Amino acid sequence: MTHLADLPVWAAIPVALFLLLGSALALIGSIGFVRLRSFYERVHAPTLGTSMGIGFVLLASMLCFTVLQSRLVLHEILIAVSMLVTTPITLMLLARAALYRDRSEGSDDVPAAPPVHTAAPPAQDSAPPV
Amino acid sequence: MTATLLLWSIFLAQILLVAAMACATYRVLRGPRAQDRVLGLDTLYVNATMLLLTFGIRTGSTLYFEAALIIALLGFVATAALAKFLMRGEVIE
Amino acid sequence: MKRWLPSPLLTAALVAMWLLLTESVALGSILMGAILATVTVWGFKALDPPGGRLKRPRAAFALAALVFADIARSNLAVVKIILNPRKTERVSGFLHIPLDMRAPYGLATLACIITGTPGTIWVEYNSANNTILLHILDLVDESTWIDTIKGRYEKRLMEIFE
Repeated sequence: MTHLADLPVWAAIPVALFLLLGSALALIGSIGFVRLRSFYERVHAPTLGTSMGIGFVLLASMLCFTVLQSRLVLHEILIAVSMLVTTPITLMLLARAALYRDRSEGSDDVPAAPPVHTAAPPAQDSAPPV
Repeated sequence: MTATLLLWSIFLAQILLVAAMACATYRVLRGPRAQDRVLGLDTLYVNATMLLLTFGIRTGSTLYFEAALIIALLGFVATAALAKFLMRGEVIE
Repeated sequence: MKRWLPSPLLTAALVAMWLLLTESVALGSILMGAILATVTVWGFKALDPPGGRLKRPRAAFALAALVFADIARSNLAVVKIILNPRKTERVSGFLHIPLDMRAPYGLATLACIITGTPGTIWVEYNSANNTILLHILDLVDESTWIDTIKGRYEKRLMEIFE
């Protein structure tokens, strides 16, 4: 662990703080994931970890490697961007899947499906297949 | 001095993250429904990404970053496919 | 120009991503990134994406800063809710919100903002009457939430995309 001793104090303290904050947020999110009662409440819990939680850990990593290698290390931004873009998609897909399953079972806890406007049947090709 | 401080805080952060992964695993095992298990798997991926990043800081190697990036991306693909499966009962239709 | 470089912003973002991934700004990696980005954008255009573009980049940056502050604030709020031992008072539930915005990229951005912020999640979009269905963890006052979504985000997104 010699490389950690090379880190000056002004960098070491924020790195330690960011790491602890980020992992504490992830833990609180996961605790909420266990404690909250219904699925739709539990969907909210992981966003703590995926927004600020991983943000703090990435900040700590960026700061640590930038100071250690004395050059700008920014590739952690890639993880941040991919988290920012992918988490809403997965959560939305999961919430819609849960809603679809609850509706098809006729559960009263979820709002009813909007009325489906049956579209006109697609026009058939006029030329019959040869 | 700074090395001791950092080592202990990294150690503590890793313990917190492992506890978070344990909570997510509890949901994967307990359910009660399939969507809870998939959401638990998704949370597990995110926590694993963070754990790999702390390992990277601890060892000073950037190799862990690449593993973290791959886990984040594959986790997204897996959860999207599983959500699609829950919606229709099939992945390919 | 238009034919060879259909969407300059996307191409620039892809080149930046490639440079971050390879961690170098050497001429070789810039060239490689440019080639990859151009080919990727051609492939993307072949998928026939919906039209629409960023009209006001400066307003987009202002919105990003606002969303960042809101994410920090609602992180704190959700932490308080989870760690609060008294479980009785809080009500969570679904909420229908009618929208005025129709721009597809604006709607996609709004979905990412709402879902990325802890405590709110976008569940469904009904294109027939342009209404969204949200689930909100702490649904104290429905009209406050409607005002937040419409006045704070939708108005700004309409300025940017429409």
